[in-house]
Amino acid sequence: MSESTEQKNNQIEEKPSNSKVIKKLVLLVFAMFGFGFALVPLYDVFCDITGLNGKTNDVGVAYTAEGVDTSRTVKVQFITRNAKGIPWQFEPVINEISVHPGEMKFVNFYAKNTSQRDIIGQAVPSVSPGIAAGYFQKIECFCFTQQPLGAGEEVEMGLQFYVDLDLPTEITTLTLSYTLYDISGKVDS
Amino acid sequence: MTTETINESLDDAHNDDHHDHKMTGIKRWLYTTNHKDIGTLYLWFSFIMLLTGGAMAMVIRAELFQPGLQLVEPDFFNQLTTVHGLIMVFGAIMPAFTGFANWMIPMMIGAPDMALPRMNNWSFWILPFAFAILLSSFFMESGAPNFGWTFYAPLSTTYSNGSTAFFVFAVHIMGISSIMGAINIVVTIMNLRAPGMTYMKMPLFVWTFFITAYLLIAVMPVLAGVVTMLLTDTYFGTSFFDAAGGGDPVMFQHIFWFFGHPEVYIMILPAFGIVSTIIPAFSRKKLFGYSSMVYATSSIALLSFIVWAHHMFTTGMPLFGELFFMYCTMLIAVPTGVKVFNWVATMWRGSMTFETPMLFSIAFVILFTIGGFSGLMLALTPVDFQYHDTYFVVAHFHYVLVTGSLFSIYAGAYYWLPKWTGHMYSESLGKWHFWCSLISVNLLFFPMHFLGLAGMPRRIPDYALQFADFNKWVSIGGFAFGISQLIFLAVVIKCIKGGEKAPAKPWDGAEGLEWTVASPAPYHTFSTPPKVD
Amino acid sequence: MSRGNQSWLMGAWLMLTSLLSSSAWADTQLNLTKGVTAVSREVYDLHMLALYICTAIGVVVFGAMFWSMVFHRKSKGAKAADFHESTKVEILWTAIPIVILIAMAVPATSTLIDMENNDNSEVTIQVTGSQWKWHYKYFDQNIEYYSVLSTPREEYENQNGTFEGNGAAKNENYLLEVDRHLVIPANKKVRFLITSDDVIHAWWVPAFAVKQDANPGFINEAWAIVDEPGIYRGQCAELCGKDHGFMPIVVEVKSVADYEIWLSEQHALTAKAADAEKASLTASMSKEELMQLGESTYMAHCAACHQPTGLGLPPTFPALKGSPVATQGSIADHIDIVQNGKGMMPPFGKQLTLQQVAALVTYERNAWGNDTGDLVQSADVKAASGE
Repeated sequence: MSESTEQKNNQIEEKPSNSKVIKKLVLLVFAMFGFGFALVPLYDVFCDITGLNGKTNDVGVAYTAEGVDTSRTVKVQFITRNAKGIPWQFEPVINEISVHPGEMKFVNFYAKNTSQRDIIGQAVPSVSPGIAAGYFQKIECFCFTQQPLGAGEEVEMGLQFYVDLDLPTEITTLTLSYTLYDISGKVDS
Repeated sequence: MTTETINESLDDAHNDDHHDHKMTGIKRWLYTTNHKDIGTLYLWFSFIMLLTGGAMAMVIRAELFQPGLQLVEPDFFNQLTTVHGLIMVFGAIMPAFTGFANWMIPMMIGAPDMALPRMNNWSFWILPFAFAILLSSFFMESGAPNFGWTFYAPLSTTYSNGSTAFFVFAVHIMGISSIMGAINIVVTIMNLRAPGMTYMKMPLFVWTFFITAYLLIAVMPVLAGVVTMLLTDTYFGTSFFDAAGGGDPVMFQHIFWFFGHPEVYIMILPAFGIVSTIIPAFSRKKLFGYSSMVYATSSIALLSFIVWAHHMFTTGMPLFGELFFMYCTMLIAVPTGVKVFNWVATMWRGSMTFETPMLFSIAFVILFTIGGFSGLMLALTPVDFQYHDTYFVVAHFHYVLVTGSLFSIYAGAYYWLPKWTGHMYSESLGKWHFWCSLISVNLLFFPMHFLGLAGMPRRIPDYALQFADFNKWVSIGGFAFGISQLIFLAVVIKCIKGGEKAPAKPWDGAEGLEWTVASPAPYHTFSTPPKVD
Repeated sequence: MSRGNQSWLMGAWLMLTSLLSSSAWADTQLNLTKGVTAVSREVYDLHMLALYICTAIGVVVFGAMFWSMVFHRKSKGAKAADFHESTKVEILWTAIPIVILIAMAVPATSTLIDMENNDNSEVTIQVTGSQWKWHYKYFDQNIEYYSVLSTPREEYENQNGTFEGNGAAKNENYLLEVDRHLVIPANKKVRFLITSDDVIHAWWVPAFAVKQDANPGFINEAWAIVDEPGIYRGQCAELCGKDHGFMPIVVEVKSVADYEIWLSEQHALTAKAADAEKASLTASMSKEELMQLGESTYMAHCAACHQPTGLGLPPTFPALKGSPVATQGSIADHIDIVQNGKGMMPPFGKQLTLQQVAALVTYERNAWGNDTGDLVQSADVKAASGE
């Protein structure tokens, strides 16, 4: 029925055939399904540019700052948290330091596995305000790798970083938060 | 799977010429490829879903009648709010509009049927299975989904009660159904218009469904994508939304609302189409600003893709993001305003009568506009920090979806019932239905504004004492509104069984090809296309 | 924008409904709170501006509509005019709304810029949501504690009678009261760093116009400078599971002097608690003492999920009565689950003292007919956690 009507219509005005339209629409459906998944990497790119979710770089960067801006001082605060179910003691050795933009700093974090089993931990960083995340450059960080700790073992873990010279002037305090997750289960498999 | 179905239906389309007589009994409905039968199935299904979701709302309102936990456990309360939302959105409003599309679009554009009748049968008949899966989860050990219809991760993944798989499969089937329905609408409108009916001569009703169908094709696959990620996060160890594995729970909300905001317009644009048909008919005056209505509808649809994050102002966005989404959202008020002004201008200096369809349409314009006002207030980011996730939001979207979408559906149903059944409905019962609904719906939803402003969060099974008085009245309004909807059931049954014979065109101000055929509309209409000048 | 000016509609509504209702309306609030910070007052003004503009537009549009409904009806012999388009009019009613929107966007933008300026705070507090309580940690102060709903279970389960049946059956601040308030100083910029341990929560105090989502793994910021000391109440504003409605927020704002006193008290308390913890290691409690402390601990922290009967709410919240963990498993494993959580269950190690954990495990292993006869002392807990 539809095709016969269509033929009749086609004699009067040019219309694309049903199957052509359907093919295009189905293609659009699959494209949009793919787009849903493409949003995942797109979101990461978007966050990198805008600091939307306060994520910082997850591989080390080289120190590239041109000099140190001693006219400005930025407070950097460190916060640690244990995600549910990881029986570690985990805290910054110092809570807060002052840095000049461009100046390289090294700080330590203390961790101890207080349980009686071996656990692999993974620290996930988040910077607040989010907009500052793009200016917080980590040269070396324990969060780049997994941290296996045996029962009762303790460790001091290092973070080497600097703050970009072009950090917006209205930002005077940066907070870096680490959440520690137990990823033993995920690593085993 | 979609592709196969389409090819199949194309091949079989030839046979439909021979389907002159209908089958009898249940087989007629199971095997039907007739757009009118399928439209009827959609409409009945959506009304059953409305009553099902409504029954859940009654339990919710009964629990909230007084402070304290009276009837249900908090966890079951969450299951009720979740399934209520899902059923109303995907089971009541959307299928009702697809029902209208099926019944009316071919008749309005002078086509003999939908372009893809076999697929049409499919897209309806998988729906009951989707909702059977969803509802069956109530009887499973896990219980029904309890994470809100917005299913934010990780509440719906790591912390779910085990109903996530049921939920995801149900949503997938609903999505496939909607996509198939939408493809059918687009192809029908593009290819089956009667000779001479150019795009700008189509009834506005057809235009709104055309644009809605495109929205559906664009965003339902995104919903399918996000629920798939949810499924793999819950059961297959991926970490799309889990910070421990490098994901981000806020990303869930971005993807969800990228679907979710256009979805809001999927539920309201067809309502605009219905009301734009009815108001001119009972004002006996042509629709004011037809072409501006088309442009306004299109711009609302386009804008809907760049405002999604206004649902997420409190998630911690950077300032410029908040500003961007605030400005874009406010901008939507402009084309929406144009529509409202056009409706008022259509009534202005008309020759108005107030039959039930017109009453529902006028109530739609006023109450939808109130919902629009609260929407504009919600768009202002700083104030949204106070309104967000309170009853103010609940009031807002119920004004838009109940007194908006649902009222337009009632208006349309009363308007075309004579065409569908061949009988006039009972005007006095219709007016009872209208006035009971109008009064109770406002008692139900208006005080929710005050509750929200006073600080009552949404989705809570129990509340502080200062919210007690309003909640009592809201519940009474809710029960009254629920009972009022049974009047509609009575009207429809009475109308099907008999009543005054309806002429081909029962409304003297009505326009459109559907009124050129007899009432009830013959099983096959426009086998030869009409001429449109 | 004085309060007396508020929409007469609201007043009319109030009068209408109060006539019909028997209960007291005195504390029923109709409008948004003005709050106690400069930002919250700006937000309130913006809210009122938007409300007035919407009301004005509504009066004009609905006025025109009702006018035509009254005067342009067929029954009055109205004949339909035949105009149906006018580009001029269309442009006009596109342009006017844009101007109105700009008038709203300008103050909204400036308020938003104020709200998002989290810099230069004097006090920083970490706020962590978890199912279903809040945890507060003062940055650089060694003060941290949980804040849990203190409304007794009997009240929200209506065991003393229903609200209507007996209004006195509920506390004045029913569901808006907690065991330990968050204490902050007045007239100082306090910054809240908000995050979550499990699902998404939202920390909301209406009087400060602060509402921020607590996202697991990420931190969000908000701030407030409160003018007046007092007690301000709020609630979790993001669906977070079963007891989403039962995790209120209470903030006590003290003058700077009082706040300093409070801080030193807290430091003293922390030291005292550490001493008590040490002392408990050598102490040995009787079964009666353990069961008594265990029961109260259980009711406060465990009964919401595992139920007072120990039957749980399967499958999400398993029963403890007759469960392998509480009857056959080793005591050490049992302690480990209590302290570190398991699956959906949150860890309680930080929230409970060693003594409480010991009593709790004893209780769970002996109540509801579990009758293992096991007795657990603080030292056992200490040993099990390997410290």
